[in-house]
Amino acid sequence: MPKLKSALELEELREGIVSKRDPSRLCFTVCSGTACLAIGSQPTFAAFEKELEKQGLKDRVDLKPTGCPGFCEQGPIVVVYPQEICYLHVQPEDVAEIISQSMKGQIVERLLYVDPVTGKATSRESDIPFYLYQKRLILGNNRLIDATKIEDYIALGGYKALPKALFDMTPEQVLAEIEKANLRGRGGGGFPTARKWKSTRDAPGEPKYVIVNCDEGDPGAFMNRALMEGNPHSVLEGLTIGAYAMGSHEGFIYVRQEYPLAAENIAIAIKQAEDYGLLGKNILGSGFDFIVKVHKGAGAFISGESSALMNAIEGKVGEPRPKYIHTAEKGLWDKPSCLNNVETWADVPFIINNGAEWFASIGTEGSKGTKIFSLVGKVNNTGLVEVPLGTSLRDIIYRIGGGVSGNKKFKAVQTGGPSGGCIPEQYLDSPVDFDELTKLGAMMGSGGMIVTDEDTCMVDFAKYFVHFLSEESCGKCVPCREGISHMLDILTRITEGKGQATDVQLLEDLARMLKEASLCALGQTAANPVLTTLRYFRPEYDAHINEKRCPAGVCKDLIAFYIEPDKCQACLICARNCPVDAINGGKNLIHVIDQSRCIKCGTCFDVCPPRFGAIKKISGEPVPALILEQDRVIQRKS
Amino acid sequence: MVTDNSEADVKKINHILAGYKGESNLLIQVLLEIQKELRWLPKEGLIRISQELNVPLRQVYHAVTFYKAFSLVPKGKYTVTVCVGTACHVRGSPRILDRVEQTLGINSGDTTPDFKFSLETVNCLGCCAMGPVMVVGDVYHGKLSLDQVRRILDSYD
Amino acid sequence: MEKITLNIDGKEITGEDGMTILEVARGAGIDIPTLCYHEKLEPYGVCRLCLVEIGTPPRTRLVTSCVYPAADGLVVKTRSERVIQTRKMLLELLLARAPGAKIIKDLAEEYGVTKARLRKTATFCILCGLCVRYCAEIKKADAIGFIGRGIEREVMFIPEIATESCPPCRECFPLCPTGVLESNFRLVQSLLFKK
Repeated sequence: MPKLKSALELEELREGIVSKRDPSRLCFTVCSGTACLAIGSQPTFAAFEKELEKQGLKDRVDLKPTGCPGFCEQGPIVVVYPQEICYLHVQPEDVAEIISQSMKGQIVERLLYVDPVTGKATSRESDIPFYLYQKRLILGNNRLIDATKIEDYIALGGYKALPKALFDMTPEQVLAEIEKANLRGRGGGGFPTARKWKSTRDAPGEPKYVIVNCDEGDPGAFMNRALMEGNPHSVLEGLTIGAYAMGSHEGFIYVRQEYPLAAENIAIAIKQAEDYGLLGKNILGSGFDFIVKVHKGAGAFISGESSALMNAIEGKVGEPRPKYIHTAEKGLWDKPSCLNNVETWADVPFIINNGAEWFASIGTEGSKGTKIFSLVGKVNNTGLVEVPLGTSLRDIIYRIGGGVSGNKKFKAVQTGGPSGGCIPEQYLDSPVDFDELTKLGAMMGSGGMIVTDEDTCMVDFAKYFVHFLSEESCGKCVPCREGISHMLDILTRITEGKGQATDVQLLEDLARMLKEASLCALGQTAANPVLTTLRYFRPEYDAHINEKRCPAGVCKDLIAFYIEPDKCQACLICARNCPVDAINGGKNLIHVIDQSRCIKCGTCFDVCPPRFGAIKKISGEPVPALILEQDRVIQRKS
Repeated sequence: MVTDNSEADVKKINHILAGYKGESNLLIQVLLEIQKELRWLPKEGLIRISQELNVPLRQVYHAVTFYKAFSLVPKGKYTVTVCVGTACHVRGSPRILDRVEQTLGINSGDTTPDFKFSLETVNCLGCCAMGPVMVVGDVYHGKLSLDQVRRILDSYD
Repeated sequence: MEKITLNIDGKEITGEDGMTILEVARGAGIDIPTLCYHEKLEPYGVCRLCLVEIGTPPRTRLVTSCVYPAADGLVVKTRSERVIQTRKMLLELLLARAPGAKIIKDLAEEYGVTKARLRKTATFCILCGLCVRYCAEIKKADAIGFIGRGIEREVMFIPEIATESCPPCRECFPLCPTGVLESNFRLVQSLLFKK
């Protein structure tokens, strides 16, 4: 393909692409993000290919694999355009019916979204409550784009901001626009993007580097993955505009190796942008040069920290540098370097296209624009949610997320990854932005939101994060390495029923030291999950320590399973499913659990038919004495 | 059974290294490439990498023991990765992991004696909405229940 | 070099531009404890004992003085309550890791750390990295390095190099604050180096 030599040639290309596309033509899209692949969207897509071939429709309709639309809970998702009919949980065997009905302009009712409360079916994708209450700027195009085709992005108005910046604006004007928009970093810190850009631009030293942080190490967060897989050009366009503003000619994209599809799609995107002259020498004839390289991580959470990430790109072990000079001044190879999160870069083209005022009209006083959250855990509609900053937790979890799953009671929402905290029910009306959640001891962070219910033990949950951090600390500085390890030690003994009265004080002392003395943010924030659970769920700690009881029934050393003799119907289901044969039972013989063999996996509890409900989980009290052998025989009325 | 492929391995390593002479900043990328090709990093290879890329051996050793992607022992034919990220955790991944360990008879980090499976955990695969998730080879299995574990593992040969 | 004046613990102290807080303070005879610092080596900033409080209330923060650049007009407190509390907890951690090491025991006593509240994890190596950095930066031998991460991090002699380089050198042994390096070397020598 010929390189585009001017903004005009790009516009001609766009017109050419759009004119060849018939908006009324039937098009089937199949979500092909990693999450949908995990539940089998590949076979569904293959079934479409096969069926279209079979029905001889290949030339009359379009079929497109798209990025993650975010409604992962309902995948694989198929949307039929132009009517935008959304089908959920589509299996290969549904495909023939979808095609033939769509050809007739009909709808396959059984695959539509059905409101769990009203029982009403919704056919149009954007009318589904999960989507209806969102404001999808960044994520919106994911469902319309085949990430491996730059033409899809261009057809939707992609690469419009780049020529605008290159030809109609000076670098200073681009910077001023970002500043006026009050864009803040989406990776967790919330640092004003323009200030970072300005430091990099003004810092002495050449070359200057711009870097995309797609390490996304926070467990429970996957918005960066979805963007990189689903709409990589939006990130590239933002990065190129930033490079122009800062006077950088070389960029890096750091992708964690756990995201193979993201790394693959961004590499394809770079190649295509180069082929069109949207990257490389003399971009669109503007005289501006910019190249981008992909660098893969090798499995280390800490490498998402800015100085650690730069060490990693230099080929060194990705651990942070103990320096007080910003990476904007001395970063990669000690040169001025600007590192921003994937989502931050993706915001840039929107700001340039629509203006700072428009962007700043969305959100709250201090937090502008939208933010993507990954709503996961014990919630009905798990997936990616993009809303204006300042939207309340309650709106996200209940209006969009559809509330807690399985008719359970809400307990807490954990935000901000391992550096964040657990927020209890009384604060659900708090607006979510950079500053409000911090006041609650948590943080917005990169946007992970994990909903927990009554079955989550908050001590165990705190232990989970501390364990995570103990594995992911680089081990360089004393407070983080030793402090987290001792915290884990203490939390472990509490969950094992060996906690001591002084343990809470010790945890608090360690927490203060971690915050004050650690070298980097990992250690400085490591205690947040412990401190917030102590703050909001102290009675659970006390129950573990003083009564040796786990109120949520999670901590294995503090619980036991017991079969209530008067409820057991001797159906053998639990005995057959027990993985360690710890259940002694027989036909017409009340079952009993051999406590010495039981591994407390809870399988029996799960499989016992609800109408019997014979398995009881007990904690903080002794297991009742075994039923006498002669009483075990069930006399059934015949 | 694993056979002594050391000669073939060294050949493959030399082949990969040929394109990277003196490129010390690509250490991690080279290690990833070799790990992908051989599924482990033999010691002889590390020494060759140190020489070819001009990186002190001390840095190579630190990198291979620092990052989770690298293995200094041979891996099984299939790597079973159980996600233990937060979302999977609250949806029961600890029990899934227990069940996989029981089924394979090995602990996380180990390889079955027949070198068929290696078991690993990962702190998040970004499929959080699909939790709990397990990956076998490069196939993702989402919304996993305990009783599916054996069936999935049995389907590999 | 341009002269700069800092206020350290209430006294006006003069230093030169480009120095760290630690260098200025020590130059004036003000004692700040360190375990990973060595004047011949690049500052490493990991033991965190040299933390000091900078700024004026209410806007103060703790920084590692071995890395933080001294600046004209900077107000520094080397023994504020906040600094002392933090050092105390750090010393508790170090005591659990290297119980009995004289330098740590003495510091603990100085700061009034009496109770051992933490479980002992005695490997005696506090990973200050003096040996690794001395070998790399001064000797350029790279015979010893770090491996692992997090709590698994440790110092390892690189067999391929240490076999030849270490026996005649041994210059890093006296740098080890807990004295564990030499015994570790002997152990490794007897286990690994003998062919």
